[in-house]
Amino acid sequence: MGVWQPINEIAKNVEAGKASAVDLVTKALKIIDEKKEYKAIIAKTEKRALKRAKEVDTKVSKGESVGRLAGVPFVAKDNFLAFGADTTAASNILKGFEAPYQATAIEKLEAEGAICVAKANLDAFAHGSSTENSDFFTTLNPADKTKVPGGSSGGSAAAVMLDMAPFALGTDTGGSIRLPASFCGAVGLKPTYGLVSRSGVIAMASSTDVIGPLTKTVEDTALVLDVMAGKDELDSTTIERDKQPYTDLEVNKKPIIGVIKEYMGDGVDGDVKKSVSKSIEQFRKKGYQVKEVGLPYTDLALACYYILCPAEISSNLARYDGQRFGFSDKNAKNLLESYEMSRTKGFGAEAKRRIMIGTYVLTSGYYDAYYKRAQIVRTKIINDFENAFSQVDFLVSPTAPVTAFKIGEKASDDPLAMYLMDSMTIAVSLAGNPAISVPIQESDDMPVGLQIVARKNRDRELLSFAKELEGTK
Amino acid sequence: MKDFEQYRHKGYIPFIGIECHVQLKTKTKLFSSVSNDARNAEPNTLVSHICFGLPGALPVLNKEAVNLAAKASYALNVEPQFFSKFDRKHYFYPDLPKGYQITQFDEPIIVGGYVQLPDGSRRIQITRAHMEEDAGKSTHPTGQEYSLVDLNRAGTPLLEIVSEADMHNSLEAKAYAKELYLIMRYAGVSDGDLYHGNMRFDVNVSVTKDPKVLGVRTETKNLNSFKSVERAVDYEIHRQIELIEKEGSVMQETRGWDDSKQKTFAQRSKEEAHDYRYFPEPDLPPVELDKKQLEQIKNSMPVMPDELRNRLSVAGITTATIETLVGELDAARLMLEVINAKTGKPAVRRVANWLSTDIQGMVSDNLLSWNDIKLTVENLLQLNDLVEGSKVNSSSAKKILNILAKEGGDALTIAKERDLIQSLTNEQLEDIIKQVILENKAAAEDVKNGEAKAIGFLVGQVMKATNGKANPGFVNGFIKKQLS
Repeated sequence: MGVWQPINEIAKNVEAGKASAVDLVTKALKIIDEKKEYKAIIAKTEKRALKRAKEVDTKVSKGESVGRLAGVPFVAKDNFLAFGADTTAASNILKGFEAPYQATAIEKLEAEGAICVAKANLDAFAHGSSTENSDFFTTLNPADKTKVPGGSSGGSAAAVMLDMAPFALGTDTGGSIRLPASFCGAVGLKPTYGLVSRSGVIAMASSTDVIGPLTKTVEDTALVLDVMAGKDELDSTTIERDKQPYTDLEVNKKPIIGVIKEYMGDGVDGDVKKSVSKSIEQFRKKGYQVKEVGLPYTDLALACYYILCPAEISSNLARYDGQRFGFSDKNAKNLLESYEMSRTKGFGAEAKRRIMIGTYVLTSGYYDAYYKRAQIVRTKIINDFENAFSQVDFLVSPTAPVTAFKIGEKASDDPLAMYLMDSMTIAVSLAGNPAISVPIQESDDMPVGLQIVARKNRDRELLSFAKELEGTK
Repeated sequence: MKDFEQYRHKGYIPFIGIECHVQLKTKTKLFSSVSNDARNAEPNTLVSHICFGLPGALPVLNKEAVNLAAKASYALNVEPQFFSKFDRKHYFYPDLPKGYQITQFDEPIIVGGYVQLPDGSRRIQITRAHMEEDAGKSTHPTGQEYSLVDLNRAGTPLLEIVSEADMHNSLEAKAYAKELYLIMRYAGVSDGDLYHGNMRFDVNVSVTKDPKVLGVRTETKNLNSFKSVERAVDYEIHRQIELIEKEGSVMQETRGWDDSKQKTFAQRSKEEAHDYRYFPEPDLPPVELDKKQLEQIKNSMPVMPDELRNRLSVAGITTATIETLVGELDAARLMLEVINAKTGKPAVRRVANWLSTDIQGMVSDNLLSWNDIKLTVENLLQLNDLVEGSKVNSSSAKKILNILAKEGGDALTIAKERDLIQSLTNEQLEDIIKQVILENKAAAEDVKNGEAKAIGFLVGQVMKATNGKANPGFVNGFIKKQLS
């Protein structure tokens, strides 16, 4: 057995008085300190966490109900607004920003007794695939300290694999949960777009941003999703949740599996292909029908994403102007200088790059050539998935074309090398379907993730299938 | 086909279009649940994480604002769009916290419609109207090195109504602005408090010799009275004609209005215009209207100014009186209730006269304000009954009206308290009249000789003798009979 029991058991033990929330939180904080060298964490929320843990223990002693996640410590990516520490999105422009309200996801978890113990590192504003774009430091991969953990939720994935907490929260805009899950060997779920409220989460690209858990098991992921999912009056893009709990994991019929042809091509690393092929063999052995399925617009997905996403980013980052919160350059002599100097010093290179691309593609005269065309392509990508799901129940592919790469290897002058890391996750983000990355590597190798994609709003079915795969490993 | 020639001025035909920002009278802001009424609030007290543009804050559309926009659509004589959407409009300014304004760019909630000018002469076409959030308020204290920002207004729901360049002189522009104001108030869409900027007008003016080829236009922004609309339009027409005559052309630009100098002034040229980088707001799903709800809104539309004008006209009231009554919302409401009480045209005319002459007179003399008037349809009709039944004469009626307006209450009680009831029997009155004639023999002779003035004198004497409780008409008739 690992450091942490399954989440539902932890909570049950706390509720029964067999475990104390204070002990659990203390244990998590201790491990965070011991594994400091991995730089997964930006800040601990120690004081508040211990206070909340005491409250949970007091409630238990009084016989009051404490919730389905009673005393369960968790780590939140630092783009979630949360009390107890600054919320920075790993960007200098938000250094020292204390959130005056909390993300709906955090509120829902806390309402069930979960306790946030720390804020995890990320690529600043979630722009990146390795955490190397963090304005503070790069997180090390728990499986190999010389390698990146993937990104942008790299701190969250590493924290889970380092046993800092039983689960961590991440955000996924083009692959930011699935990729680090794949690189670190965690389970990472990108739910259907709109299933979890984005309120209180620092926006990257609003039309593809989703919130999801990173855990070691599918069962833990299902429980965390079940607590967070559902319509939120603070986020108008949220959708109705499944009435049946997401923790009811059962496969009722033998599913038809589609292997995404375009994601198994020459660009995919040999080891990755081998692991994925092995998983596919297991499906066949179980008697599942396996087909090859095409997503013809795959070639355009990356281009489409890197138009739409920067467009939204350039808009969403406009509020960081040094006037009301966050970094403001005091040497500025007038308003224009204050804008320019605060944003020049506050934003890192990648944020600036995306602001410039986004501003460019939205400029009148270029809008039709870029943004509008990209929207048309996006519709075609959505149709690709709909066509595929008319033939199969689940789509599978590698989560990423490679395993974790060396720190510094791709942080060159060519940002495209990094963008290619998302080539298998981006199309799903544009389409809005749920997807999960499940570790499938042989025990000694670097982690490899299998991406499974399901029909929209079939998050429960997706988790059920993922659990089955987990069991056969 | 419009006859442009009638508008030609010094050889040029002006074209005027107006954009009007109407503040919707919702309880809360367009995208957050903070109060929308900033009139008495300290700066920056009506501000949520949404108005403040904090990280992670998402807009939530106020459904009441959508309903009011739908109402406005019917008031402008057009069905609202079943499908519309919001977009982001980007620019940097400290009173725009998010760095973009949420507005409707290419799919607004209202497309088309018109405003009928009150004299019936013209129908001004509406291009479109869209919902959007207001920005905050910036102030720049003179001599200080700082500016102040108040975000109370940030997020206030606005409906921007854009007309075609369908007006051709300042009187039409003013009439349109005024009628639009009345329509929005009658429809209950806006409080229309001009002093607090509930309605702001931007006027687009151009002049041309050939009505088929429009001239270069200027936009004069932020006018907050009908008079300033009229004057800014006039000023621009003259300025542009002069400019063309002298220099050959007008520059496309945004201008402001200096009320103290009664002049427009240059603010921003076309080259300095922003590129707003519009794109669809990803945080808000498109607005889809509910047919049932629309049906309900349509069926509960209140009477609009033009309809009230018709009803008053049918009752035989003159155009000038009608405009006074229609232009004053409280008077209009009372008149409508009087009409609805179906007590007959004389009653309607009498009340119309009281409101447009007596009450309006007191308001003009600052003795009263329409807001505080205590008149109700009940006490007005009661007073009317007293007059019709010859229980009080017209001068007593005015005394009672005055008290009712200031203090409220019921007409009969006031008449009794002040001893204003015409309590004399006709026989008693006839005796008094005979007595007065006896006492004023000279005047009586004059009447007999056909001097009309003398009758007035005798009537006055009778009124004096009766403490004003006699019906002057009856007195007049009886004197004539006696002396004929």
